[in-house]
Amino acid sequence: MLTTMSYAPSTSDVAVNLAFNDEQLMIRDAAADYLVRASDSAAVRSAMVAPAAWDPAVWQVVAQELGWCGVAVGEAHGGLGLGPVELSLLQEQAGRRLLCAPFLSSGCLAVTVLNECADSGLQDRLLPGLAAGQCQLAVPLATSAAGWTGDGVSVAADGSLSGTVSHLAWGATAQAWLVPAREDGAVAWYLIDQAAEGADLQALESWDLTRPMTQLQLKAARGERIASPTPQQADRALALARLYLAAEQLGGAQQCLDMTLAYLAERHQFGRPLASFQALKHRCAELMVQVEAARSAVYGAAFAAAGDADIRLDCAAARMLAGEAFQRCAGEAIQLHGGVGFTWEYDPQLYFKRAWASRYVFGDASALRALIATDLLADP
Amino acid sequence: MNPSDNDKIFRQEIADWMAGHLRAEFAVLQHRGGPGDEEAHPALRKAWERELAAAGWTGIGWPTQHGGRGLSLAQQVIFHEEYARAGGPGRMGHIGEGLIGPTLIAYGSVAQQQRFLPRILDGSEFWCQGYSEPAAGSDLGNVQTRCWQDADGHWRVKGHKIWTSLAQDSDWIFILARCEPESRGPRGLAFLLLPLAQPGIRIEPIRQLSGSSEFNEVFFDNAVAQADHLVGAPGEGWRVAMGLLAVERGASTLGQQMHFAHELELVIEQARRNGSDRDPLLRDRIAAAWCGLRVMRANALRMLASDGANDTLSLSREALIYKYYWSNWHRDLGELAMDVLGPVGDVPSDDPSIRRLQQIFFFSRADTIYAGSNEIQLNLIAERGLNMPREPRG
Repeated sequence: MLTTMSYAPSTSDVAVNLAFNDEQLMIRDAAADYLVRASDSAAVRSAMVAPAAWDPAVWQVVAQELGWCGVAVGEAHGGLGLGPVELSLLQEQAGRRLLCAPFLSSGCLAVTVLNECADSGLQDRLLPGLAAGQCQLAVPLATSAAGWTGDGVSVAADGSLSGTVSHLAWGATAQAWLVPAREDGAVAWYLIDQAAEGADLQALESWDLTRPMTQLQLKAARGERIASPTPQQADRALALARLYLAAEQLGGAQQCLDMTLAYLAERHQFGRPLASFQALKHRCAELMVQVEAARSAVYGAAFAAAGDADIRLDCAAARMLAGEAFQRCAGEAIQLHGGVGFTWEYDPQLYFKRAWASRYVFGDASALRALIATDLLADP
Repeated sequence: MNPSDNDKIFRQEIADWMAGHLRAEFAVLQHRGGPGDEEAHPALRKAWERELAAAGWTGIGWPTQHGGRGLSLAQQVIFHEEYARAGGPGRMGHIGEGLIGPTLIAYGSVAQQQRFLPRILDGSEFWCQGYSEPAAGSDLGNVQTRCWQDADGHWRVKGHKIWTSLAQDSDWIFILARCEPESRGPRGLAFLLLPLAQPGIRIEPIRQLSGSSEFNEVFFDNAVAQADHLVGAPGEGWRVAMGLLAVERGASTLGQQMHFAHELELVIEQARRNGSDRDPLLRDRIAAAWCGLRVMRANALRMLASDGANDTLSLSREALIYKYYWSNWHRDLGELAMDVLGPVGDVPSDDPSIRRLQQIFFFSRADTIYAGSNEIQLNLIAERGLNMPREPRG
């Protein structure tokens, strides 16, 4: 049971130094520099209405040239052998620029499931392709606080899979889908090839055009079991998934604040810039407090995750705080842009929709707090 | 041996010392004497300062040439965390050690350092801060207390300071006073040191809504400061004072989350006791409070990371939001505590653990006012963190 005092410095906490090293800063800055050009507002708007909702050339740069999908893959499998801090830094930039590409799904979630839950033989087989950006896997963005329970997909005696996998982001462009199923009363992860029989992928309409959603109907479809995680492995994979989404939301929140500040500096009414009105200064300052609090939670969790600490609650907290910060900043961005904030043409609407479309993924804010409360208040 | 092993050893050393010393006559001080609880055992807490001093636990961050241990910011944080974890009482010497001491080290003359620093370190002299005035609260530059030099070189002071905490238990006060009569705002100020025990100084406690009197008014009527007790040059007072305010965000506040964690434990204990831990809304708020503790810890670590190398605390984003964040967290905790207690909380309690929560509730209303009110913090965050235009002056 967690007590508040047990939050206090543990062995791994003591070692935590929330300072990015030079390599981490380079990774962050290179990502920022690339995306500010390749995923600017025009690029996002163009990609989101393109077939499959992406620019494949951008994905190719991200996945193959820049090697993002290999960042958290071990060196033995062709990756950089880095981890949660670096992936979080990349996700923050991806979220900032609403990158229309399956980096969360393939480079973060699929890699995490394989790293944390699959045995070494399957890791040997699957990670190199992922790391090299040659293989794209889609993983469902589970909308329950319980995470990837496998509910909705059952495994028959003959090993075939039946049921529905929803919220499968980037399902249409993936070579294969990595889905959780229910088997022998536990979760098992299955790899289903996109050409598998009995697997029917449907596009789902979403308000958030920057992240295309699909639903996978399975009728006795063939897949390959690639992981039967222990509860600890499943918990850690889910915690990391929350962290990576949180990092993306943090980036989105910051960008909402930045675009709002830029607008308030430019826009003049009553003979002065809107930024000079104290009411608006205070609104923005409150947003900065909320964003920096989320940032502290995300970075704290990321550095802890780079060690072997129990990160379940820190990642739940980070996910909760980043999600709320993103929703608030996006809403305030619309409001503080005035009339133009309500238009299709201006960008707050893109962030607003991304914020709200991701609010349930891996648990919404109140479900995450309930989870933390259960741990905090369990019988001693 | 890697750095984290050293840290572990250091933590254990502090924990062991605290266990060995925060006992017997000092046992009653455990978890007492913090903000809102400063009327608890001041004389005994002064004795505790001397106990700390004898073991070399005072001035740990001061340079060794001034009698300190020269510990890094990270090590100071470790000390303050372990101190708070063991329930170490609020420090009577915190203004001397954390504010005026470092100011004298940075801006004081050698004579001033030699006269004052050792007695801060050994717990024999205690200090309070004379800044705010009735007409100079958020607008500290509007100081009206006057000072002038006599023919003998001594400084005379006439004026009125307010919100001076611990004045009634202190020996010395440092003040900002106007030495150039025609000046306005932060220009023309002097930074002076005065002994409180003199005919020209009168201290009146202020009764707070919490019932206690941490704060005081201090009246100066021809009070005297020695000629060589001016810090910096006449007219430079603001610079000296502002340098000090940067220090005020020091290492001790980074350790305060441990104390806050203890307070949340008290709230949870009450919730378990009266069954309110089953209320879903209260559970939600308790979880949110816990998340805030994690934010404060990580935020403090970010502050250390960005400035620890310089052993200073600058105005990075995480530093700018810090006071606003913790003070509002604490105010929310006070309200949560009262909601957990329910109607029982509406009656002053004889149960010390309930009474503590009631004190937190009332005193935390001041947390968002002193040391830069919420409204001032938001201005600072907007101006220094977001580069938004500064407020116009009248």
